[in-house]
Amino acid sequence: MANRLKALTPLGHDAPETVTVGPLTITENTSFAMASLASRLGREGDVAKAAAAAGIPLPGPGMSATGATYGAIWLGAEQWMLDAAFATHEDIRAALLPLFGDAASITEQTDAWVRFDLTAPDLPALFERLCNLDTRALPEGGTTRTVIEHLGCYVVKRSATQISVIGPRSSAGSLHHALITGAKSAY
Amino acid sequence: MIINHPLLGPRDSQEFVYLGDAALMNRPDGMAEGALAAFIDFAYLRDNPAGLHRELWYHEQGDRSWLVVTRNTVTHEITTVELARDVARKAGRSK
Amino acid sequence: MTQDNRISGGQIDRSRPLRFTFDGIPYTGHAGDTLASALLANGVKLMGRSFKYHRPRGVISAGSEEPNALVELRSGARQEPNTRATVVELFDGLQARSQNAWPSLKFDALAINDRLNTFFTAGFYYKTFMWPAAFWEKVYEPIIRRAAGLGSLSKQDDPDEYDKGFLHCDLLIIGAGPAGLAAALTAGRSGARVIVADEDFRMGGRLNAETFELGGASGADWAARTVAELASMPNVRLLPRTTVIGAFDHGIYGAVERVSDHIAVPAAGKPRQILWRIYTRRAILAAGAIERPIAFENNDRPGIMLAGALRAYANRWGVAVGKRVAVFTNNDDGLRTASDLRAKGISVEVIDSRTGAEVIDSVGRLGVKSITVRDAQGTRTIAVDAVGVSGGWNPNLSISSHHRGRPVWDDAIAAFLPAPDGPAGLTSAGAAAGQMSTHAALTHGAAQAAAALSDLGFTAPAADLPPAEDAPVSIKPLWFVHSGKGRAWIDQQNDVTVKDVKLAHQENFRSVEHLKRYTTLGMATDQGKTGNVIGLAVMAELTGQSIPQTGTTIYRPPYTPVAMGVLAGRSSGKDFRPTRLTPSHKWASEQGAVFVEVGMWLRGQWFPRAGETTWRQSVDREVLQTRKSAGICDVTTLGKIDIQGTDAGAFLDRVYANTFSTLGVGKVRYGLMLREDGMVMDDGTTARMGQNEYVMTTTTANAVPVFRHLEYCRQVLWPDLDVQLISTTEAWAQYSVAGPNARKLLQKLVDQDISDAAFPYMACGEITVCGGLRARLFRISFSGELAYEIAVPTRYGDAMIRELVAAGQEFDAVVYGTEALGVMRVEKGHVAGNELNGQSTALNMGLGKMVSKKKDAIGVVLSQREGLVAEGGYRLVGVKPVDPAKPLTAGSHFVATGKPATAENDGGWLTSVVYSPHLGHSIALGYLKNGDTRRGEKLRAVNLLAGTEVDIEIVSPHFIDPEGERLRG
Repeated sequence: MANRLKALTPLGHDAPETVTVGPLTITENTSFAMASLASRLGREGDVAKAAAAAGIPLPGPGMSATGATYGAIWLGAEQWMLDAAFATHEDIRAALLPLFGDAASITEQTDAWVRFDLTAPDLPALFERLCNLDTRALPEGGTTRTVIEHLGCYVVKRSATQISVIGPRSSAGSLHHALITGAKSAY
Repeated sequence: MIINHPLLGPRDSQEFVYLGDAALMNRPDGMAEGALAAFIDFAYLRDNPAGLHRELWYHEQGDRSWLVVTRNTVTHEITTVELARDVARKAGRSK
Repeated sequence: MTQDNRISGGQIDRSRPLRFTFDGIPYTGHAGDTLASALLANGVKLMGRSFKYHRPRGVISAGSEEPNALVELRSGARQEPNTRATVVELFDGLQARSQNAWPSLKFDALAINDRLNTFFTAGFYYKTFMWPAAFWEKVYEPIIRRAAGLGSLSKQDDPDEYDKGFLHCDLLIIGAGPAGLAAALTAGRSGARVIVADEDFRMGGRLNAETFELGGASGADWAARTVAELASMPNVRLLPRTTVIGAFDHGIYGAVERVSDHIAVPAAGKPRQILWRIYTRRAILAAGAIERPIAFENNDRPGIMLAGALRAYANRWGVAVGKRVAVFTNNDDGLRTASDLRAKGISVEVIDSRTGAEVIDSVGRLGVKSITVRDAQGTRTIAVDAVGVSGGWNPNLSISSHHRGRPVWDDAIAAFLPAPDGPAGLTSAGAAAGQMSTHAALTHGAAQAAAALSDLGFTAPAADLPPAEDAPVSIKPLWFVHSGKGRAWIDQQNDVTVKDVKLAHQENFRSVEHLKRYTTLGMATDQGKTGNVIGLAVMAELTGQSIPQTGTTIYRPPYTPVAMGVLAGRSSGKDFRPTRLTPSHKWASEQGAVFVEVGMWLRGQWFPRAGETTWRQSVDREVLQTRKSAGICDVTTLGKIDIQGTDAGAFLDRVYANTFSTLGVGKVRYGLMLREDGMVMDDGTTARMGQNEYVMTTTTANAVPVFRHLEYCRQVLWPDLDVQLISTTEAWAQYSVAGPNARKLLQKLVDQDISDAAFPYMACGEITVCGGLRARLFRISFSGELAYEIAVPTRYGDAMIRELVAAGQEFDAVVYGTEALGVMRVEKGHVAGNELNGQSTALNMGLGKMVSKKKDAIGVVLSQREGLVAEGGYRLVGVKPVDPAKPLTAGSHFVATGKPATAENDGGWLTSVVYSPHLGHSIALGYLKNGDTRRGEKLRAVNLLAGTEVDIEIVSPHFIDPEGERLRG
């Protein structure tokens, strides 16, 4: 979007922040644009077709998936969060609308969230102090919304050594603090 | 407590918000004859069984689905958990 | 001091001496010691004073069941009261102090209570402190608090951190003695996910305290080897120093891990303790058994302890508590203590009640010196310096009764067994299940694990368990010795004696629940782990019933006392809850804004400028300048809900009392949302952004409840409406720009024409700002001025506030906070939180006409109930003081002039009060009975709490621009 304004990251800085605590790296990731996609009533088939045609994965409950351009997280019944590279899809809703027409409700979500990518050899050691999810048993791609530090967050297990925490943007600082404090305790 | 979510599997009840008796889904027609009396029953009169109780729970910190949970109020045993939307449709609720 | 009582052997590391102090006196112990074992090694038997009578007391046990040896640890902010010396792991530099003694442990002035014991018997508080009532606070309570106490608090903030966490397993094993370890081996080899929790710092349970062999190795060595094998299994997690404190619903257990209690100060960033919430599919209670004493006169002297503890100190810690020891037992296990001690060269005399011998009294004020024994030969006195007492062993079943399961009596071991109807998924193994021999514990532990795993679909290979002793329980119950008039102690922590139980019986408090409450038996911090069954036995004898007929009380979580800090976890101080920051927060902080907490949000309350010394100066300026020119306010915190779908309009018609389906695209309407009972739930504006697309705003406080309610309506009430919801509160930075120059200010930034013709009152639309940034504009007003709300993607919120402030410079625009916002809404007569109090209807708020009866919306039917629409109900009014110099007070009640300020003359109350800089006096909104017909009436506003009374006049709630000309300007 052409304009003269300067954007801030969710943590309030010009550029995303990376912090290392022992074996853990926490990276604020602002490289994705996000929008929610909800099927209109009775249009589930059309949404599935349109998504398939566009190469957009629509994973089932408790899962996320990645496609060539778009990734998706299951949010609730017939509802997903789609993401795509911010560099190419800054106005992600505008990009999605023609794909789904009137079969889906699509809402801009990029700025509603902060995404932290956590990398460490033993992430469950941290997550068992953050939330009730059994991150050891969670399969790759397993994704669930749960509570971390009183905040509703999506926990996305991307691999055994990488988990994303997607939480409410206005509490980015509190969430970041909780992750760092938990890490100092766990590692 | 653990609520066995129909879509997400066992989840801690801490993630849920409790509303109450599942009879609350039987909202009367506000435009029908005798609506006032029907609404007073609906809003204020509830059973309070010692035993099986069908009740509404909301997965607020999860997928935001409303569930109908059948729970024994004496033992806390939960026998069935259903999506409230499915239960409502089966009960004839529509638009 | 030297460790005079230290003997050879034990699982202590003599190469690692640890220095510590008790009541200021320095001592030395070793790694592997507890505070109790180290004190005993140093010849210290007197460790505390009793709760009520201040009797000198020593340690009686070697575990967490200890009722007596409660001590204060550390100093300064880390001072911790009421820890049991028996489970305090010794560390270098530990400072410990005795409790409940003044001026010293050896001479305690309040030991006078002991002489006055006839006054302090059971029911003493109930009988003595009945009246006069006025004496309670000033006389009785201070005396009781001083006299009957445990440890003291530091009264400083706890400097340490506590964590909470969540663990998951197939099988939780509570206790790592022989049964627990055998269960863990079996489960570990099956591949199941296993957690083994043990409260001790050294796993092994009684195996560490006994001398018999397991397959040729010492019990302690077998335990150590087994623990090492378990530690090597990736599917097994060992949690030493971890107490399982309770069983909760559906296989959830609570446990406290003492991560740093055994070091002086936790390492940087590490918690002192962790509260684990353990999710299990099955659990095995292998918590062993707890020995119980036999009550006899003066059985509470320091040096008189449980026989099993006496041998544990000798075997595990290399401590001979005495050199001339007597063992008083009613069962074979007591004889083990005698033989173990004799093997270490200690002289032991056995008094076995099964032969008719009994200990009937003891002597020694600060430590036992002799006992009196009565047997067939008569009565004799034996000089001793320690006595081991064994009345048999109780299965440690606490956790099995956390769901009210009633323990069942077993005559064979003369003790209660865990309830068969305990927590679902929990079984007991080993001594906790009454399997008392080591062989039985091992095989039972393995079998119980195999059974639980088989339930879960795992195949457990048979564990290769070592041969071990298999002695049967041989006991002839003896609960208390019938002798003279002296006191025989049952519950040493709460100072309950056999006599107290007799008194309870005499006064007809005979049911176990009455007995407990009347005598306080078992109500101390140890929950009567050693004493309860004896109390029951005394009552059983008095009533001529059996013990099972008498019944038993049950245990509650927590199993042992838990520090408040670990229950709070990290939720303390500034981390009590997370904060939510608005997009303008960084800018506002730079301006020196004063912030206010609104839920989790921090909002700018006012923005002081140089020279302003009171908040009123800032707020008055912000209000006046907004009304005069322009003001900017961050309103991001209002809830925003995106509502889409072909039935979105119909849906809004049902959740709002007024109509929305008729709203044109590009228009905004104020909406009133009712609860089903007819009360107003929330209000806000909803904008129609497209044919099937609306954006609803909610009040800041109700964003979450309204969303929940809408999901309820969508999923449960009308499941076939085509409506989709998602919150967008966080996605947009939203600013209000208000005042006569609002349009001029905004036009400098908005790329499109926003003239009145192009963008009239209550218009909304997608626009761009600052050369192409996607934004939304709403022409709505809360202040009553010409006003807009502009929303940009949150990441540009910081840039946008700076742009707005820069664009406003030529108009002397201000940024205003929540206080000015509040002043302007009261001046305009808009209802907000104080009026939306959950007890008010649209009619009360003067908005009755908004409730459409032509459609079926939530709350409409019940809002028309007789009582809610009757004459005489509250109506929103404006209030001003007759004398403009008089300030009004919120919460004041309307009282007619000349009438007393009593409930029957109460006409309603002032809901919101502000100083209006525009009018130059205090103004208020209020709910007044029949208020809509009483304009011009003069009343009094009386506030009995604040002690204020002001003559007032009832006016219109719209103090400025009642015709709404400004906002349409």
